[in-house]
Amino acid sequence: MEYFLSLNPMALLRAWPGSIAQGMIWGIMALGVYITFRLLDFADLTVDGSITTGAAVSVMLIRGGVSPILTLPIAFAAGMLAGLVTGLLNTSLGIPGILASILTQLSLYSVNLVIMGKANQPVSVDKYPLVVSLRYVTGGSTGSRILFFAGLALFLVVLVGILYWYFGTESGQAIRATGCNSSMARAQGINTDLVKVLALMISNGMVGMCGALYVQFQGSADVNMGRGAIVIGLAAVIIGEVLFGKFAAKQKLAFAFTQMAVIIGAVIYYMVYQFVLWLKMPSDYMKLFSAVVVALFLAVPYLKEKHLRKKGVVKA
Amino acid sequence: MSKTGYALEISNVHKVFNRGTINEKAALNGVDLNLNPGDFVTIIGGNGAGKSTTLNAIAGVWPTDEGRIIIDGTDITRLAEHKRAPYLGRVFQDPMTGTAATMDIEENLAIAYRRGQRRTLKWGISKPERELFREKLCVLGLGLEDRMTSKVGLLSGGQRQAITLLMASLKQPKLLLLDEHTAALDPKTAAKVLEISDQIISENHLTAMMVTHNMKDAIAHGNRLIMMHEGRVIYDVSGEEKKNLHVKDLLARFEEVSGGEFANDRMILA
Repeated sequence: MEYFLSLNPMALLRAWPGSIAQGMIWGIMALGVYITFRLLDFADLTVDGSITTGAAVSVMLIRGGVSPILTLPIAFAAGMLAGLVTGLLNTSLGIPGILASILTQLSLYSVNLVIMGKANQPVSVDKYPLVVSLRYVTGGSTGSRILFFAGLALFLVVLVGILYWYFGTESGQAIRATGCNSSMARAQGINTDLVKVLALMISNGMVGMCGALYVQFQGSADVNMGRGAIVIGLAAVIIGEVLFGKFAAKQKLAFAFTQMAVIIGAVIYYMVYQFVLWLKMPSDYMKLFSAVVVALFLAVPYLKEKHLRKKGVVKA
Repeated sequence: MSKTGYALEISNVHKVFNRGTINEKAALNGVDLNLNPGDFVTIIGGNGAGKSTTLNAIAGVWPTDEGRIIIDGTDITRLAEHKRAPYLGRVFQDPMTGTAATMDIEENLAIAYRRGQRRTLKWGISKPERELFREKLCVLGLGLEDRMTSKVGLLSGGQRQAITLLMASLKQPKLLLLDEHTAALDPKTAAKVLEISDQIISENHLTAMMVTHNMKDAIAHGNRLIMMHEGRVIYDVSGEEKKNLHVKDLLARFEEVSGGEFANDRMILA
């Protein structure tokens, strides 16, 4: 009883806008994970490194006097390079996908340290005109906060639009065909190796750009900030699919709705995350919490089908 | 057209799988075969005779050890699988292999329609293409023209093979490879898919190779029949002689070349 009295609902309500903004930013990363995990059928762990690379590049450039918004495309390009390395390790050197991505991820740790010069680099909203910041959510007038969220949402909608367009083009179709059935893709003249590299580059570009936004949002880059990022990305993808997958598939622009579902999945993840923290779960346990969430959401569809099959509802 | 005028020339092709291991298997032992333009060859033989392996060698699924493969005068022996695709239409034994299940029927067709072209940033399917696909699907007589935006994964095995056949022929191939493409279907569906195959081959004047386990089908379809054994072509018959073949002739032929060994395969082949 004493425990429940000690919980302050207002504290949660005050914290949630920050969680929502954080979830929207991580939604970009989740879209990148969606591209590899779902469209390409490639479990790409590069992202744990490339998100930090994007962050490191952005921080150092901003501190060097580059306009914060200009660092976004540069972080995108840096992420693409990371994806290129994983892709080449996998396709040109024949290293299995997961291992190739782990190798890139590990090497990026050193690369990120070199970029930042030390393990931690701050970038203060007081000194630089950052694109996003927690300050824009907690401080300022109500009007300016609404404007901030509207701007962020608009940015995401544009991003979803671009991806929707791209994956409808001949080039994007080639990626989807390769991920779905690489034998079919090759029989139709698609260079599946090239396509894989391309998809990994686009995905990690998104992740790098997310890193650039996230580092500005939280005000500092840390060499360990990407640890477990893949799990958060997967959590967003899976939460989005489990909650809105069926609804999204029925829409005319199904692919755009699915991407929106993934972004909302990231927002929900961070709201639940905040909620669990608010319940006074020690923050040391949060990575465990994230892993359990992903394991649960991955297991549910599988167990459901197994159960139905046992009852003979689903044909084998 | 090549100097020799052949649509396909295979000379002395060898392939050993798992070389140097206890699973070493000499799958192709010097395959020689020339096809004239418009030939429709059926290929029969026991298990492990090298029928599907020959088709895979032509398609470039893996590199061959020795020999040359020339399609319409172009030496494709060293080309990667996707680089040979412009010359080839392929239909596989497993209906799942030829199509992308999570993509629409029209998207699968659009991808096939661009076989051999660079994949650009142009939209993946155009309005006139949709009309073309609708007409082609109509001809199949399976009602698929009204389901063009359905996911291929929702279709039956026979429907998927019909789509794959269409995909193989949308862009005129130099050679159509049918690899036991009716083996996974029920008899009625298999007959329908064979009928569609005949129709597509004759309408487009295609040169085609069809691997089958069914001797009746091998005799009834095409203008030429070859039998393979231990990675070689051991029997090649065409024209009137082929038309007059009977299953029992083929069985006798099998036993003749293989000694008693083929008696065991009788069950599979009959």
